[in-house]
Amino acid sequence: MSAITTTDITWFFACKTTDVPPNGGVCVKYKDEQIALFHFTRTNRWYATQNLCPHRRQMALSRGLTGTQQGEPKVACPFHKKTFSLADGRCLNDEHECSLTTYPVRLEDDRVYIGVSNAY
Amino acid sequence: MKIVVIGNGMVGHKFCEKIVDKSGSSAIQLVVFGEEPVQAYDRVHLSAYFSGKTGEELSLAPLDWYRGQNITLHLGDPVQHIDREQKTVHSHRGLTESYDYLIFATGSAAFVPPIPGTDKKGVFLYRTLEDLALMTAYAPQATCGAVIGGGLLGLEAAKALMDLGIPETHVIEFAPRLMPRQIDDKGSDILQTRLQRMGLQVHTSKSTQSILGANAITGLSFADGSTLPADMLVISAGIAPRDELAKQCGLQTGPRGGIVVNGQLQTSDPHIFAIGECALYNGMIYGLVAPGYEMAEVVASRLTAAAEPAKAFTGFDMSTKLKLIGVDVASFGNPFTTPDEGDSIVLEDATKGIYKRINVSKDGQLLLGGILIGDASAYNLLLQTCKNKLALPAEPADLLLGGRSAQPANMELPDDAVICSCENISKAAICKAVEGGHETFDAVKKCTKAATCCGGCAPMVKDIITATMKAQGKYIRNVVCEHFNYSRQELLDLVKVKSLRSFDEVLDHYGHGDGCEICKPVVSSILASLWNDMILAKGNDTAQDSNDRYLANIQKGGTYSIVPRIPGGEITPEKLIVIGQIAAQYHLYTKITGGQRIDLFGAHLSDLPDIWEALINAGFESGHAYGKALRTVKSCVGSTWCRFGLHDSVSFAIQIEERYRGLRAPHKIKSAVSGCIRECAEAQSKDFGIIATEKGWNLYVGGNGGSKPQHAKLLAADLDSATCIRYIDRFLMFYIKTADPLTRTATWLNKLEGGMDYLRNVVVNDSLGIAAELEKEMQQLVDAYKCEWREVVENPELRKRFSHFVNAPEEKDPTVKFETMRAQKRAAEWK
Repeated sequence: MSAITTTDITWFFACKTTDVPPNGGVCVKYKDEQIALFHFTRTNRWYATQNLCPHRRQMALSRGLTGTQQGEPKVACPFHKKTFSLADGRCLNDEHECSLTTYPVRLEDDRVYIGVSNAY
Repeated sequence: MKIVVIGNGMVGHKFCEKIVDKSGSSAIQLVVFGEEPVQAYDRVHLSAYFSGKTGEELSLAPLDWYRGQNITLHLGDPVQHIDREQKTVHSHRGLTESYDYLIFATGSAAFVPPIPGTDKKGVFLYRTLEDLALMTAYAPQATCGAVIGGGLLGLEAAKALMDLGIPETHVIEFAPRLMPRQIDDKGSDILQTRLQRMGLQVHTSKSTQSILGANAITGLSFADGSTLPADMLVISAGIAPRDELAKQCGLQTGPRGGIVVNGQLQTSDPHIFAIGECALYNGMIYGLVAPGYEMAEVVASRLTAAAEPAKAFTGFDMSTKLKLIGVDVASFGNPFTTPDEGDSIVLEDATKGIYKRINVSKDGQLLLGGILIGDASAYNLLLQTCKNKLALPAEPADLLLGGRSAQPANMELPDDAVICSCENISKAAICKAVEGGHETFDAVKKCTKAATCCGGCAPMVKDIITATMKAQGKYIRNVVCEHFNYSRQELLDLVKVKSLRSFDEVLDHYGHGDGCEICKPVVSSILASLWNDMILAKGNDTAQDSNDRYLANIQKGGTYSIVPRIPGGEITPEKLIVIGQIAAQYHLYTKITGGQRIDLFGAHLSDLPDIWEALINAGFESGHAYGKALRTVKSCVGSTWCRFGLHDSVSFAIQIEERYRGLRAPHKIKSAVSGCIRECAEAQSKDFGIIATEKGWNLYVGGNGGSKPQHAKLLAADLDSATCIRYIDRFLMFYIKTADPLTRTATWLNKLEGGMDYLRNVVVNDSLGIAAELEKEMQQLVDAYKCEWREVVENPELRKRFSHFVNAPEEKDPTVKFETMRAQKRAAEWK
């Protein structure tokens, strides 16, 4: 596992761009954590969040359907269709639900890096 | 306080409602005198009486309602004398009631022009339920009917004559055009052409001179010397306010009738009010129900002191929209501006019988009024634009062209925009009702009273309900979602015509944005139902619902379950053993399903391809338990073993299951075949079920188990096997093409207009002429079938996608936990 460390964020190599299905997600292992990585091919945007759905604590978000709601990127959990904003992690269809942790994503050629906080 | 109301028509009744609403149970005593023998009814929809509505159905409230509200109602007992000094009224039957306040809601009578012969047999007025009953009794002997009056009511009366089955109907109008108060000459021309096409003869600029015939009418003669034979005549030439009682007691009335009132609807006696069509405000009689309701509101709030400051009547917008003999007619604001007042934009389409005119202010900023004939779908948008003085678009002509872009932007209206002008209901009130959980049109109607009167605002109310729910992020039935402005059926037709094969193509052509968890599965299902391509083909995999994406059912804890197809529930011992061995090898929990199959639970995502490889090598194929697709065709053992069996139900079940395996639809499809009437396979609880008879098979459709059990209904009886399959082809294909997303056949059939009779006509009698096409389309799907799990197992690229970690494909999800129960594993409980 290669990593680039800047002042407060560690960027680790997740996978090649081609490893992620168009307009879909994959689950990335980082130490003991699971991070869901999504690629929106139409706008060529990348997002990363925790893979755990806070609703029933299931490791499933990377397998969820992605899309937008009024232009805001989101993912729907396969279990009970809770939807979460990929921009800020908040739950879009249940205001009482916990928010997701989100992570920055950086591309270098065909390599995808996810940034995790050093404090974390 | 004691209030006496004279008249129990629509406005009189509304006044009672308002008083009850505003005063609660406080001390207002209401006494109502009605001339007619029945309580208030919906006079606006009087012609519905001829299309089968009963007087009772037209009634505005049952007698119980009056009793329940402590209102004393004297029916069939007109007031005959008023003593203003003593403040008492005296009725025909000799009742005397005192009052603190007296309300005239006496309405109007039909205006009868001074033509000789109006007392002849066969001449009718069109005003009351009693008039209608008389017309109905007379109509069977009539062969040629005529109506004097080509206004709104006259055309309603002509519709009534047509509904009564009179072979020939004529309308006679004195003015050079129909509906002279609402529409212009060109509009009248178009309306006339359309009405004539419907079989109504229209004569304008005709002045009737006399009614011919000895005792009964035989015809009409006109000022221009011509005559028209007719054996039934309805006079509907306008209204005359019922002011005779007011005159008698010395109240001030207008020179041409009507009780003079001020802005408080007060007559020349401050203790007496007049509301509705008997009231003359500012020299004008308001001959529509909406202003009458507004007057009722003004007086009721004054007498109950409900509104501060007191409301006043300041005139009323006479905009109106209605359907006349199937033709939309609407007029709003000022329909007849002069060139000094504004410029008109006119759209005339003689081929379609459409005429639209809008009048725009000189500076092009405001809409002043207009006329719509033949297509009034834009009425509410235009009316609201006019009333709320909303800015016009740069090209006001766009407002006339209709189409999607010009759909009412209802949510842009101000909150206080009045949507239902009859009941004075604002947009905010409707939104509030929706937000309060009233999410259907009927619920909103009940809660707010919007659209309960003329119904003209119904489309707008529906739009606001939809928009409000959308704003709350709720699922709306008609349109797929925010990314596709189409219903599923529309989208299916479009995708088929353009031969689109991927979600991206469909989104490019007909959608916008990125799609979402609602439209992706809908489009994927449409694509599968049209082409039956491999659903995980590149780019389409991530548009599948998550179970379809991994060709398995996700279960608690994040593992998957596996259901191999076991057609008809028949399985060899060897195959049973293989399932057992595979389950043991991968440590899977096994259970027999309700559909005569075996479900294997607890498989890790990354094990799925290996498990399926083993199953396929043993001769199994996908059971599609993860898809909105044909699941299972259950069977009883049938005539090969059963001593009662009539036919071989197992063989037929296998044949059917193998024919439709992999068929994707708006929802899952289940079936069963029973070998005799004992129905051991429970076929009548299935989407389509087959039961053997002495002569063949009975085919039932639209059954359902689940939370709302429903028995299937008989579609056709005693079919041979080939015909039975052809009917199933047609039924399934018709369902697939027309149902909304996630709608089972039972719900679809319940909502299908015409129900089972209609479906039988389509499937059995080919009433739409599409049977051959439906069969052909089904055959294409059958021919295109491939086991999708075999394709995955044989394709290394596809296999690669079944891993939990993209950067550690060999590792399983370490968070998956199992417990033990009855010697098998089970998923750990939700955390």
